[in-house]
Amino acid sequence: MTRLILQRLGLLIPTLLGLSILLFLWVRALPGGPATALLGERATPEAVERINELYGFSRPLHEQYLAWMGQLLQGNFGASTRTQQPVLEEFFARFPATIELTVVALVIAVGIGIPLGYVAARHQGRFLDQTTVVASLIGVTIPVFALAFLLKYVFAVQLGWFPSAGRLDPSMVATHPTGFYVLDGILTREWDAAWNALTHLVLPAIALGSIPLAIIARITRASVIEVQGADYVRTARAKGLRPPRLRRRVVLRNAMLPVATTIGLQVGLLLSGAVLTETVFAFNGIGSYLANAIFNLDYAVLQAFILFIAIAYTLVNLAVDVSYGLIDPRMRVR
Amino acid sequence: MTGSPLLSLRDVEVTFTTEAGSLPAARGVSFDVHPGETVAIVGESGSGKSTTAAAVIGLLAENGAVTRGQILFDGQDLAALPHSATSRLRGSDIGMVPQDPMSNLNPVMRVGDQIVEALEDNGVARGAAARRRAVELLEEAGLPDAERRARQYPHEFSGGMRQRALIAMGLSCRPRLLIADEPTSALDVTVQRVILDRLDELTAELGTAVLLITHDLGLAAERASRIVVMYGGEVVETGPALELLRDPQHEYTQRLLAAAPSLASRRIQLAKVTGLAAVAARDLLSVSHGDGVDAATEGAGGTRTDSIIEVSGVSKVFQLRGKGLFSRTEAFTAVDDVSFVIPRGRTVAIVGESGSGKSTVARMMLDLIPPTSGSITFNGERVGGANRAAEVRFRRQVQPIFQDPYASLDPLYSIYRTIEEPLRAHDFGTAAQRRERVHELMDDVALSPTLLRRYPAELSGGQRQRVAIARALALNPDLVVCDEAVSALDVIVQSQILRLLADLQSRLGLSYLFISHDLAVVRQIADHVCVMQDGRIVEQGTADDVFDQPQTPYTQMLLDAIPGAGLELGVAS
Repeated sequence: MTRLILQRLGLLIPTLLGLSILLFLWVRALPGGPATALLGERATPEAVERINELYGFSRPLHEQYLAWMGQLLQGNFGASTRTQQPVLEEFFARFPATIELTVVALVIAVGIGIPLGYVAARHQGRFLDQTTVVASLIGVTIPVFALAFLLKYVFAVQLGWFPSAGRLDPSMVATHPTGFYVLDGILTREWDAAWNALTHLVLPAIALGSIPLAIIARITRASVIEVQGADYVRTARAKGLRPPRLRRRVVLRNAMLPVATTIGLQVGLLLSGAVLTETVFAFNGIGSYLANAIFNLDYAVLQAFILFIAIAYTLVNLAVDVSYGLIDPRMRVR
Repeated sequence: MTGSPLLSLRDVEVTFTTEAGSLPAARGVSFDVHPGETVAIVGESGSGKSTTAAAVIGLLAENGAVTRGQILFDGQDLAALPHSATSRLRGSDIGMVPQDPMSNLNPVMRVGDQIVEALEDNGVARGAAARRRAVELLEEAGLPDAERRARQYPHEFSGGMRQRALIAMGLSCRPRLLIADEPTSALDVTVQRVILDRLDELTAELGTAVLLITHDLGLAAERASRIVVMYGGEVVETGPALELLRDPQHEYTQRLLAAAPSLASRRIQLAKVTGLAAVAARDLLSVSHGDGVDAATEGAGGTRTDSIIEVSGVSKVFQLRGKGLFSRTEAFTAVDDVSFVIPRGRTVAIVGESGSGKSTVARMMLDLIPPTSGSITFNGERVGGANRAAEVRFRRQVQPIFQDPYASLDPLYSIYRTIEEPLRAHDFGTAAQRRERVHELMDDVALSPTLLRRYPAELSGGQRQRVAIARALALNPDLVVCDEAVSALDVIVQSQILRLLADLQSRLGLSYLFISHDLAVVRQIADHVCVMQDGRIVEQGTADDVFDQPQTPYTQMLLDAIPGAGLELGVAS
């Protein structure tokens, strides 16, 4: 197990190196440039030239790349061309919000998706199953932003059950030792703040978690149906296992194997979906910041943020692989 | 047998409800199993034998139900009991040893724990006591080093070890009746024998009655006191084992007996002569001396006829990945210095157990993998050379037939397209000529041309294997490599296919390399036999020599392990 983790962490280095090159080229392939974005359409060629000179954008690509890498290795991720704020600071100020949102969305997706898929499989072909199949199909097809707007309109604007934007009510005064607002509220025993932050998370998390929820439910259903027909389940019945143990230890555990993989893949979807959801709910995470950086062609921000997201994504997938080893002993020998 | 039976089936009918309507899988099934007795149900796939067993233990598929008759277990009608009551009998009163050891253990749970859970749920023992008991049970089933093995997962076990674990599991709660559904059909013969012996001893010791489900008449005769023969969902014959085999009354039993390779050790000569008579006759035409049978054996010795393929000093070494993070790869010698020749128009068989390297030899001879050292010469040309034209020629002249007709045919290709494909790949003639050739081939393998529009899924196993043969013959090959080509088939179909192969050989002058784990089958088809063990050929010679005077203890052991080999039956003459 340790070996697997070390191996995968070792693979992280070439992965990130390759990604950094792709990222670097991709950012520079975008139409326009940071100078134009900064100075506007009518900037004089001289002004553009000066900006490019200042930030080194006129040097050959490989020199720029090496310079960037050199800085990275020293822990310097650069500063935003627009705000001059250090990128690292901006990132860590916002990342907790996105993690919080993603985690709650994931909890909703997994916490509802797996039981739903399981119940559907147990009632295969009957009403409950077909309802779940149709509902999950709808869940998969609705775009995140459409659902986000819909939820916001119905539950925040019309019904007023939940707040419509932000991470906390502006009137709420709270201390934030970690940046995870719900966690902060719990740690500092500011229960009202924790509750308030949680209510702000509900709608964005549902919007963000709906697609993964639907996918997890469908995979769970298919997987449980397949496992129920397996020889070892029949043998387990033949040896007289009582239904609770049969369901829990034989069917469910085996059915979770493909589901674990799916969850890992969904995390990537959640991180990219967060950009849209955060924008709709004015949720101050990396998503909305990243969206702005794209509009402004803020090279340093784009490069650093996407790299960070990639690292997060890789680590999550490593965690999924490790969990796979925990569920499935056959994976451990590899 | 006196006293009241433990299990008594009276006119049992099992029906499956499908979209196409209700489908009876077993009808009017009646037989008794007395306490401590072993009764075998024998039949081919689809005969209803497994369905009957599933009905007894209450594990019919959800769309199946006992629609008539009684299943009396200890005087209680299981068919009339509610589900909860029959489920209480499972494990504790009626145990089961399933067929496929590979798929019947929970892959994510330690083997010991899988026995512990059975003990716990049946109220036999719990906790630490159950764990100790599980180790005892594994030991009892003949698993060496049971203490350590109990903590391992199924994937760390060999097939034989898994089957032992399943036996331990089936007997863990000391049931009075054990249903053994083809308990060893997935195992090598030598392993099969040891495991069945252990099962016999255990059930005799414990006084457990056994309902043995098998397709192998020889095995049934060897292990059971009484045999129930099923065909098409009905019991066609019941009787004491030896009596039934010596004097089969029903026409189906007679056919089954005639086709059973394991019982045919004496009848086989006849089959071989009919198979080879044509070859011998052809030899007589070309060479005008010697009588038929002598010519055949002489030819097999390789003295007179030339050889189509020569394998000399071939080895194959695989590099396995080491265990540690930075450890080097380990070399594994799958095939070690193997040499033999296939005389033109003859059949050479390689027999061996799984892991003996026989399939690796086949793959090298098909030029699918290169040998590490040594050479294979086909028609005087070295196989695996860089010459592209020679390779195309080789691919045309050497064709494979694989074991699993379900897996080796493309499910999305119609039968016509399957057979036509090699013709197209090698630019054979015009569309009309190809069409004609396909029809000719269908005729050769005795399949109706109406099947050409069908897809593999719509065909039976035997039909599929005929299609695979037709496909292999499409390009008029010289050598056909049959890798376990009949192993997946029911005995009667198996003997039909063997006869077809022999017939095609005599008509088309084919040479066969016949790879099999089944010595009984090999005896029916081979002229020359190579016995492989751990990558080496330990013995080779003419079929008669190898079977009648085995020179090595290993060959002797393989021969002894054929189920029913030791039985003296009236069918021999």
